[in-house]
Amino acid sequence: MATAATLHAHAPQGFIRKYIFSLDHKVIGIQYFFLALTAVFVGMFLSLLMRIHMVWPTAAIPLIGEIKPETYLSLLTMHGTIMVFFVLTTAPQGGFGNYFLPIQIGAPDMAFPVLNMLSFWTTFVAFMVMLAAFFVTGGAPLHGWTGYPPMSAVQSAGPGEGLGADLWITSIAIFCIASLMGALNFITTTLDLRAKGMTLMRMPLTVWSWFITAILGLLAFGVLLSAGILLLMDRNLGTSFYVPLIVVNGQVLGHKGGSPLLWQHLFWFFGHPEVYIAILPGMGVASQVLSTFSRKPIFGYRAMVYAMLSIGFFGFMVWGHHMFMSGMSPYSAFAFSILTMCIGVPSAIKTFNWLGTMWKGRIRFHTPMLYAIGFVSLFVSGGLSGPFLAQPVLDIQLHDTYFVVGHFHLIMGVAAIFGIFAATYYWFPKMFGRMMNETWGRIHFFITLAGTYAIFMPMHYLGMAGQTRRYSQFTEVAYQTKLLPLQTFMTYAAIITIAAQFIFVINLFWSMFKGPKASDNPWECTTLEWTTTTPPPHDNFGGHTPVVNHGPYEYGVPGAARDYVMQNDPATAPAH
Amino acid sequence: MGLALMVVIWLITLISTYFFAAKTWWLPVGAAASAEFIDKQFALTFVIMGVVFLAAQLGLGYIVWRYREQSSSPPSSYSHGNTNLEVVWTLLTAVLFIGLNLMGSRVWASQRFDAAAPGAVQVEVTGMQFAWYFRYPGPDGKYAPTSVKLMDPSAGGEAAVGLNTSDPDAKDDVVTGTMYLPVDREVDVSLRSVDVIHSFFVPSLRFKQDAVPGLNIHMHFRPTAIGEYEIACAELCGLGHYKMHGMVHVVSQEDFDKWLAAREAEKQ
Repeated sequence: MATAATLHAHAPQGFIRKYIFSLDHKVIGIQYFFLALTAVFVGMFLSLLMRIHMVWPTAAIPLIGEIKPETYLSLLTMHGTIMVFFVLTTAPQGGFGNYFLPIQIGAPDMAFPVLNMLSFWTTFVAFMVMLAAFFVTGGAPLHGWTGYPPMSAVQSAGPGEGLGADLWITSIAIFCIASLMGALNFITTTLDLRAKGMTLMRMPLTVWSWFITAILGLLAFGVLLSAGILLLMDRNLGTSFYVPLIVVNGQVLGHKGGSPLLWQHLFWFFGHPEVYIAILPGMGVASQVLSTFSRKPIFGYRAMVYAMLSIGFFGFMVWGHHMFMSGMSPYSAFAFSILTMCIGVPSAIKTFNWLGTMWKGRIRFHTPMLYAIGFVSLFVSGGLSGPFLAQPVLDIQLHDTYFVVGHFHLIMGVAAIFGIFAATYYWFPKMFGRMMNETWGRIHFFITLAGTYAIFMPMHYLGMAGQTRRYSQFTEVAYQTKLLPLQTFMTYAAIITIAAQFIFVINLFWSMFKGPKASDNPWECTTLEWTTTTPPPHDNFGGHTPVVNHGPYEYGVPGAARDYVMQNDPATAPAH
Repeated sequence: MGLALMVVIWLITLISTYFFAAKTWWLPVGAAASAEFIDKQFALTFVIMGVVFLAAQLGLGYIVWRYREQSSSPPSSYSHGNTNLEVVWTLLTAVLFIGLNLMGSRVWASQRFDAAAPGAVQVEVTGMQFAWYFRYPGPDGKYAPTSVKLMDPSAGGEAAVGLNTSDPDAKDDVVTGTMYLPVDREVDVSLRSVDVIHSFFVPSLRFKQDAVPGLNIHMHFRPTAIGEYEIACAELCGLGHYKMHGMVHVVSQEDFDKWLAAREAEKQ
């Protein structure tokens, strides 16, 4: 097989090889980024329709008409699935990880460029198959992003559980294959292609986060792939992995002896690590950005690395906390609960270290920094509802209520999105050679921060009051009808916040073509991507390989010529 | 910018905390024996997490304002961290989180590790798209067998749960669409589903348990206040999930006996 070095001796010629079927990790990273950007707008639009339907169930929406309860459930399923897979997994890892992991470790490309191209295009196919579910008879499935059987396994369980559900599972299976290929590539690249002097403990925390995320992906997506194949077999080949003897719509089905809980175990064995797959890269970016714009070394670099490793490690042993009310043994709930609390510890260490990084710094409030600070705030808010849900006895009241919806949206939804925003504003100059507009960036930040809190904080109040999730309307249960004013407030907040995202998109595209030209190192950063030209040449460093002499976050170095020492500065520079 | 950010973070924090602390929206008043423990554990968790929330958010706001870059700022401190602080922080969090968890686990164990007390009221709860049915075994204390083949959800009542009416035990089995329970007696609930997963959630009784097809799950609780409490299905079960609603009537033992006798009489 051709190595990265020989493949990249010459830049490819011709539009298709250069921009469509490119082997260049930078182009592939940008492709992933735009795929995720498209997906996030689809997912956000679906959530807008949901929010409108919940509070004005009979409203006629232009071009769409009135939303029916089953349509609401399709929107809900597709919103969750698209956001989790094609946004939160795709943008931070496939997008920014692909673009910057090789450059940050001083490599000319990923270890397997062809595999890299293949994993992007496989993801693309998965996305197309997912969208196709909207357009088949019966529409998209109703079973939620968790797809619990028997509902997801039985064609007659509701509209959308026919071909739509098959497409949904197939898309996820294809996505799993793409993610497995990506994970292998990331792990190999990190282990084998680091430049001279780039020891593991000199890797930027972003690289650590992508590396650990890739390991999680490798272990988790294989399980989901198998679970999905079994589900397809239950649906189409008459097997009974997940379905016992049941009666749906008055018809006795041919299944016998399957276990609905088996799916839940397999799904959450993937699903919980998936939460960390979404948030770990955000943690990496937040660390990188907080250190850079505080002009201070990261507080407790090693503690940050160990915290991420232990989050990844414990992340595989807590899946049962999604199942306290499922009928699983109450004894196992005890173990899952203690292990879940253990994850709170490294998470708290990280928060402490982020605050410690800013403490006694000289904070510069560029847009990426605002988003990193917002990330910390949201991570705290979303994280602290965790210890409620981790206690089985409180889960009796809170499970499957809006409290859970608020919790995971704050921490794995919005915090992760803030990580993506921080990364976008931070690396945009390197990727596109121009600066984004700061004023509009700040306006976008403040509306988004206040808006997301206005949407998701009230969900905790609703959950405590017993508002169940996945209800298309609140007209049937008297105590829930009383909560409608708060839901209405959240819908208004959502409309404003969603509108504000157009500021971001306009800023993004306008700056791409009209923004002021960026220098090679506009933020005065230390890591290797800022040592090369903007944008980087095809082989990243223009024919030479950098030699690393310093740790990644040498800011505010006493006695240095500048207030920072770059990773490839000569070893004699005053730093350790 | 530092000031603006501090103000916004502080405002968000204080407004959020206000609505928690003022209990504008809070757990519904508990009407079961476990409510006291659960609510106490909830309140304790809430206080601890609330303190951490306030400290972290207000601290974050203060730090971004205090250490904003100005021409007069001193150079940033060249520090790579402090191992002692890391250790203290780690231990504190571990003790706090795990201690809190162990306290809650005691309540969980008393709820779920033991079977219902002898002499508990027996009720079988069956969930189906999109209704709840309740079966009482009657004076003989025995549920007659049910069969999937006999299930006819559209017929409702006994046929919906597939009761084998030819069985002698079926004579006194009562199937209803509303749940009646005597106050201050333990209830032994046996939960079933005929089609997809549902979840039997009664917020006021602090009770939730999934009903899973293929499983018969026994749970117990003790209502402590007479009243009417709403059941809301808490597991996504299809297009009618939002209207899979029911009522629990907690009445005096006397009224309960009368009600059950009337249902038995109707059946004859």
